[in-house]
Amino acid sequence: MNAAMLNEVKWQPVCSVDDLVAGSGVAVLLGQQPVALFWLPELEPGLFALAHRDPFSGAEVLAHGLICDINGELTVASPLYKQHFRLADGVCLEDTGVSVACWPVRINGDQIEIMG
Amino acid sequence: MSKQLVVVGNGMVGHHFVEQWLASPAAADYQVRVLGEEPHPAYDRVHLSEYFDTQDPAQLRLGDEQFYLQERVTLHLGEQVIEIDREARQVITAQGRYPYDTLVLATGSYPFVPPIEGRDREHCLVYRTLDDLDAIQASAAGARRGVVVGGGLLGLEAANALKKLGLEAHVVEFAPRLMPVQLDDQGGALLRQKIEALGVQVHTEKGTRSIDVGEEYRLRMCFAGDDYLETDLIVFSAGIRPQDALARSSGLILGERGGILIDNHCRTSDPDIFAIGECAIWNGGHYGLVAPGYSMARAAVASIAGSSSVSFTGADMSTKLKLLGVDVGSIGDAHGATPGTLNYRYINEVEGVYRRLVVSADGKHLLGAILVGDNSYYDTLLQYALNGLELPANPESLILPTSSGAPVALGAGALPYEATICSCHNVTKGDICEAMNDGAVTLSDIKCCTKAATGCGGCSAMLKNLFENEQEKRGVQVDRSICEHFPYTRQELFHLIKVEGIRSFGELISKHGKGHGCEICKPTAASIFASCWNEHVHEPAHVGLQDTNDTFMANMQKNGTYSVVPRIPGGEITPDMLIVIGEVGKKYNLYTKITGGQRIDLFGATLDELPLIWEELIAAGFETGHAYGKSLRTVKSCVGSTWCRYGVQDSVSMAILLEDRYKGLRSPHKVKMAASGCTRECAEAQSKDIGVIATENGWNLYVCGNGGMKPRHADLFATDLDDATLIRYIDRVLMFYVYTADRLQRTSVWMEGLKGGLEYLREVVIDDSLGLGAELESRMQHVIDTYQCEWKTAVQDPNKRKRFRSYVNADQPRSARIQMIEERGQLIPAREIQEEEVA
Ligand code: SRM
Ligand SMILES: Cc1cc2nc3c(=O)[nH]c(=O)nc-3n(C[C@H](O)[C@H](O)[C@H](O)COP(=O)(O)OP(=O)(O)OC[C@H]3O[C@@H](n4cnc5c(N)ncnc54)[C@H](O)[C@@H]3O)c2cc1C
Ligand code: SF4
Ligand code: FES
Repeated sequence: MNAAMLNEVKWQPVCSVDDLVAGSGVAVLLGQQPVALFWLPELEPGLFALAHRDPFSGAEVLAHGLICDINGELTVASPLYKQHFRLADGVCLEDTGVSVACWPVRINGDQIEIMG
Repeated sequence: MSKQLVVVGNGMVGHHFVEQWLASPAAADYQVRVLGEEPHPAYDRVHLSEYFDTQDPAQLRLGDEQFYLQERVTLHLGEQVIEIDREARQVITAQGRYPYDTLVLATGSYPFVPPIEGRDREHCLVYRTLDDLDAIQASAAGARRGVVVGGGLLGLEAANALKKLGLEAHVVEFAPRLMPVQLDDQGGALLRQKIEALGVQVHTEKGTRSIDVGEEYRLRMCFAGDDYLETDLIVFSAGIRPQDALARSSGLILGERGGILIDNHCRTSDPDIFAIGECAIWNGGHYGLVAPGYSMARAAVASIAGSSSVSFTGADMSTKLKLLGVDVGSIGDAHGATPGTLNYRYINEVEGVYRRLVVSADGKHLLGAILVGDNSYYDTLLQYALNGLELPANPESLILPTSSGAPVALGAGALPYEATICSCHNVTKGDICEAMNDGAVTLSDIKCCTKAATGCGGCSAMLKNLFENEQEKRGVQVDRSICEHFPYTRQELFHLIKVEGIRSFGELISKHGKGHGCEICKPTAASIFASCWNEHVHEPAHVGLQDTNDTFMANMQKNGTYSVVPRIPGGEITPDMLIVIGEVGKKYNLYTKITGGQRIDLFGATLDELPLIWEELIAAGFETGHAYGKSLRTVKSCVGSTWCRYGVQDSVSMAILLEDRYKGLRSPHKVKMAASGCTRECAEAQSKDIGVIATENGWNLYVCGNGGMKPRHADLFATDLDDATLIRYIDRVLMFYVYTADRLQRTSVWMEGLKGGLEYLREVVIDDSLGLGAELESRMQHVIDTYQCEWKTAVQDPNKRKRFRSYVNADQPRSARIQMIEERGQLIPAREIQEEEVA
């Protein structure tokens, strides 16, 4: 009936608001997929979901990167080799040919839900 | 066939000549042959004493290794010229004869050893060449005391070297005061006081009559009467004499007191032979400094190339030195020999400072000056003297202390275009402005194309000042903002945070910045908050500011796992503690390794495991080692007097004391320390930010060294300190660093960037010239009083522990998702991390 059902994509609860850390990231498993959730409560939208795995090192580390404002664009800096990934679409600023997956994400009551 | 140009002597001036020659248009017409008696290629004699620190002759080398491999030059080392056959136009060495069309003598000087009976005995030495230094070092082994004969500039430098070699140093001077050539009575007396305070004993008005075999020491120096002084070695530094032996035997005209006579073009009495540097006499004078020699070299190059436009017409003999850490400056007519001169003098016996101005009879021009104790006045005074600038109405204002503490400076802007900035390479303000017009945009560009500040280095501060002044004039904004979010330096941010009592990043950026911050300003702010307020890194206000290593209080490794480094203060650890580390490592399957910092690193822990591991380590008495922080790392120690037969102080206890005191201090970059029990220096304290080395009487403090990318030896800061003074100085040095350094600036770079460098730091810390001492100490005390083991606080707080979950929605331990392989009995990350299916 709707697009979500057609693609078998739906909002899935992954954790509660309490699990998030304001101004920083945490990692969750969406099924077997590691996802990084970043939360900037003072902004709108203030919640972002990107792949947790860093494409440059292959390690699951992005949720532990610092959130950086680069010329007005919000990014996360990989803690290993410091490339910046745009929170809005996962594109790497240093090498725009590389990007990480990103998901729609929302707060529903006290639950965090990812469309996936 | 091209013509033959032969240079005798591969010293500083001979080398400079060849460099200048090869850059001249006439170079193509000649083949150059250089004959040097010493076995080393030309080296920087001015900085000869540094050889004792580095033990590496290559570090003093002038020019790069390729220099003498060029086609147009042949260098013969270890080959002394013994004769000049002027008739045949050949020079003769033990190896052969070499023809010349033009001959340049750059044979320098030799140390004068007064004709004292017994001066040929073993352990009677001189101080001029690398080989001399080797001989002094060899003689110092097993020696306790050393005497320098001669209290001039070189003698005091030699005394410092003896002291550094661990000897009790004495200076014996014939004249009634030290540095009779450069200083007057008051200056000499003050210098003496300061040098004696540093532990060098000075004996003036003493003429040595003979040197005999000693009773308690190897040698006995006998003075007039029954007076004598025993010593293990003697270094003669009683002046230099021009090395004119060749010129003499080949009949060139010499000066009245020796030295090869030259004209304004550096030509000797034989038109085919030139003489330059210390072997030459011009207008009755002999110049024992490198800058006049370089000017002669340039004049000779021009003259041989057929131009008479460049001539040598005397040189300024002003000198600025640091002798045993004491500033001494002497400018122009320092003794007021010109008739009718007027003097201004300022003496401050409390601070040990003396300044004298010698002014022309009409009071308009500065003819000379003497400085003891503070050379920050030198540059300005030199410019007045050299450029004949008209003095201000009250010339004394130039040497009187000001309320700000900084001398009245003649801004670079006020200098005339012709003002010489660098006398070593004869670079004027005009040359520098021109280089900037031609596109030089950085200080190193300027050094590269004008060579300014690449000789003795004395003009560096002036050059930097001029450069920045010119940049500003050209409207170049010297932007020192730390990042796009704050128009401030780290130092300015530090002041804002401290003065306004700002405690969170949100407050800081809304008041003083813009945007949301980045990986530069956030950790910088976090570090400043920690230095000022010392709150736990996991306080909600700080969580988002930290690099991952600081957030999780562990170092992230290439595969996303973390390492654990417990503190092992001073490197001392009991067998029981070792067993705990072993057991923890085994239980969590961690790779273990001894680090370069005398402790043990456990690698391969996941986030989930970190609090579990730390719980066990803390229960056994370990604390965090801050291996992740820009903070104190380790204080390395040697075993010291507890066990070692040479130890003179308990270096392990000192190291532990220091490590416990400063652990947890957040700083602009990491800080490393070490404590050695004697001068053998097994703890490598001189390669640390803070190093202490035991002496018979206490501790010598070294500051601002590091290993790493650009190693630098620490500088000796103060000697023979008792524990309390040592700690006070370290408190102040560290806090001043925390207050004023840039982000990620190690102490070495910081100190070199301070205006006035080490001496300034000494003034701030030892003399408390800024009146900051008490504040720096109390800030440090606050940090010490509020210390907490961050890991202990974290494992005890369920909320903080929540952070250490690999996935906040899964209990699944993270290790299941990481590929490891085994190597030499331990687990290490798989070489290539593959995407992995998780069952
Ligand atoms: C573990 C250790 C190597 C070892 O196996 O021995 C090590 C490992 C690292 N060093 Fe080091 N250094 C270690 C001793 C040293 C030493 C030797 C010493 O301390 O005596 C030096 C040179 C001395 C010095 O710093 O003055 C050293 C100079 C560096 C530098 C260059 C610093 C510089 O100023 O040039 C870096 C890079 C930096 O800090 O920016 C660095 C950075 C690092 C980092 C943090 C690199 C990183 O970001 O991943 C490494 C991770 C540490 C970890 O995961 O625990 N490490 N590193 C040593 C830990 C000592 C300890 O117990 O804390
Ligand atoms: C410890 C020390 C500190 C100093 N500090 C300063 C300072 O702060 N500022 C300053 O301006 N100056 C200083 N000087 C002086 C400075 O080093 C000299 O002015 C400079 O080295 C002179 O250069 P030169 O080429 O004339 O002589 P040298 O550098 O002495 O070179 C002469 C060379 O010629 C060689 N030689 C001699 N005869 C023969 C021969 N027959 N055949 C082949 N080779 C021969 C010698 O072996 C020697 O290598 C210092 C000197 C010393 C020793
Ligand atoms: S530095 Fe000296 S006291 Fe320390 S271990 Fe080495 S020899 Fe012994
Ligand atoms: S004056 Fe010696 S380097 Fe400039």
